[in-house]
Amino acid sequence: MPLPEQKNGLRLREKRIRAGLLMIAFSSILVLTLIIIFVFKEGVPIIFSTGLSVFLFGTKWAPTKGSFGIFPMIVGTLQVTFGALLIGVPISIMVSIYLSEFAKPLTRKIMKPLIELLAAIPSVVFGFIGVIVIVPFVREHLGGTGFSVLSASLMLGIMILPTVISITFDSLQAVPQSYREGALALGATPWQSTIRVILPAARSGIVTAVILGMGRAMGETMAVIMVAGNAVVIPTSPLHPCRTLTSNIALEMAYAAGDHQKALFATGVVLFVMIFLLNIVATAIVKRK
Amino acid sequence: MPPESRNRNLFWNNLFINMSMLTTLAVAGLLLAIILYLVYHGAEKISLDFFLANPQDLGRSGGIFPILISTILLGIVSLAIAVPLGIGTAIFLTEYTKEGWTTTLIRFGAECLAGIPSIIFGLFGFGLFVVTLGMGWSIISGGLTLACMVLPTIIRTSEEAIKSVPKVLRDLGFSLGATKSQVVWQIVLPQARNGIFTGVILALGRVLGETACVIFTTGISMEMPTSLFDSARSMSVHFYLLAREGISMEMAYSTSVALVGMVLIINLGANFLIAKKA
Repeated sequence: MPLPEQKNGLRLREKRIRAGLLMIAFSSILVLTLIIIFVFKEGVPIIFSTGLSVFLFGTKWAPTKGSFGIFPMIVGTLQVTFGALLIGVPISIMVSIYLSEFAKPLTRKIMKPLIELLAAIPSVVFGFIGVIVIVPFVREHLGGTGFSVLSASLMLGIMILPTVISITFDSLQAVPQSYREGALALGATPWQSTIRVILPAARSGIVTAVILGMGRAMGETMAVIMVAGNAVVIPTSPLHPCRTLTSNIALEMAYAAGDHQKALFATGVVLFVMIFLLNIVATAIVKRK
Repeated sequence: MPPESRNRNLFWNNLFINMSMLTTLAVAGLLLAIILYLVYHGAEKISLDFFLANPQDLGRSGGIFPILISTILLGIVSLAIAVPLGIGTAIFLTEYTKEGWTTTLIRFGAECLAGIPSIIFGLFGFGLFVVTLGMGWSIISGGLTLACMVLPTIIRTSEEAIKSVPKVLRDLGFSLGATKSQVVWQIVLPQARNGIFTGVILALGRVLGETACVIFTTGISMEMPTSLFDSARSMSVHFYLLAREGISMEMAYSTSVALVGMVLIINLGANFLIAKKA
């Protein structure tokens, strides 16, 4: 049994440990704050000196001559992101349905880790595969140079698969067994029960999965630079090249200085705000569940 | 239900189930196809020499030795910073506080960090570490930036691991007169070791594969770093430059095999640990 004064010493030590851990626990908040400060401090002034609407909706990007309009990049980002969802989401849902509802336990045990390993492949490697496989394919079979919105969407569509599949799978698994039994007892085929009962019941999880996939597609940089062509134009066809917000930063950061560099931080601010809004929507959906 | 309608339903049922199976096979096959494709084109050049020789002529020939060392140093620096912070946060969230506004705030912060694209971490690292703190393009700037990036991964996996330790073990410790910190250090953490280690390995995989934020904080120097304040080039950056600038497709293939091989081995290790835990 510790003596009373020993006990006091221990109590003090415990208090110090708790205080230390509390400080550590705030490190992620600190990092988040610092990111906001450093990116916004550099970026926000130039947005306002250019004019918010000129910066967001201007179509002329001539950073060395002082024209900063990032509208083509915003359009490019949105096109590539939605293209990726159009390709990635249906595939992800099919795969999740199979793995969750129809696969034998052994098949599931082998397939699921294989698909999750796709997430481990570095994005530059996907970009490389995009350049040597997807771009020539699009050029030969569909026309154009191959460096295009379509190529970027195809590549990103594949890159978001592991994220979307694993969350969709979890939300399908969370649907109570009684739903399946109820649907089957009413005479539905297994597929009907999946589409009409289980998918709707897992809806909020699937929406979360899609939003996280969207964030991943929107934030991807190096892989997109390699296949999208990077021309600053508003693409009017999926075969046209485009430049995304992320590529804009990465392509010009190496040599930018002065206002040009600040405009790239401002591009980062716009991207940050878009992703942040997306995250808030995702959090709200998860809460509602 | 008339039998022909039942038959029609069953026809669609089987068709769709088979389609979903084929899609699954195709996606799983994709991973194997990518690996086989890279190995087919790049494995020939891979030898001990490739890992131990210096790059020649901008990387057109020679090996990747300084790049390998720089990559390992980046991994060590970033984990040395992120792991204590991540595990500390997880311990605080699970053992030292009740759910309330503090935990909500901390979790919200970690979730936001997890959603921020790596290019923004690059801008931040460049603005804070490279310029404002005067560390320049260096391994330490890159390591710090990467640490911020993987922090949420480590927090989340450690939290899960610590939560899965049964409460009865803690009560046992307290009943023997142990203090909170003794219970955490001597009972909870050893029990959660595998789960925490899995998270650390996954974070390492992300660090090694990262390009966008490394290029702006660590630079692209191919020289062997002599201190943590030297600029250096990570393997993924080297691969990106080889492929993007069209310096050498041959070397790009070989580097990609080394890079993917490294990352896959790390992730398979993590999977193995998860399987062992279950």
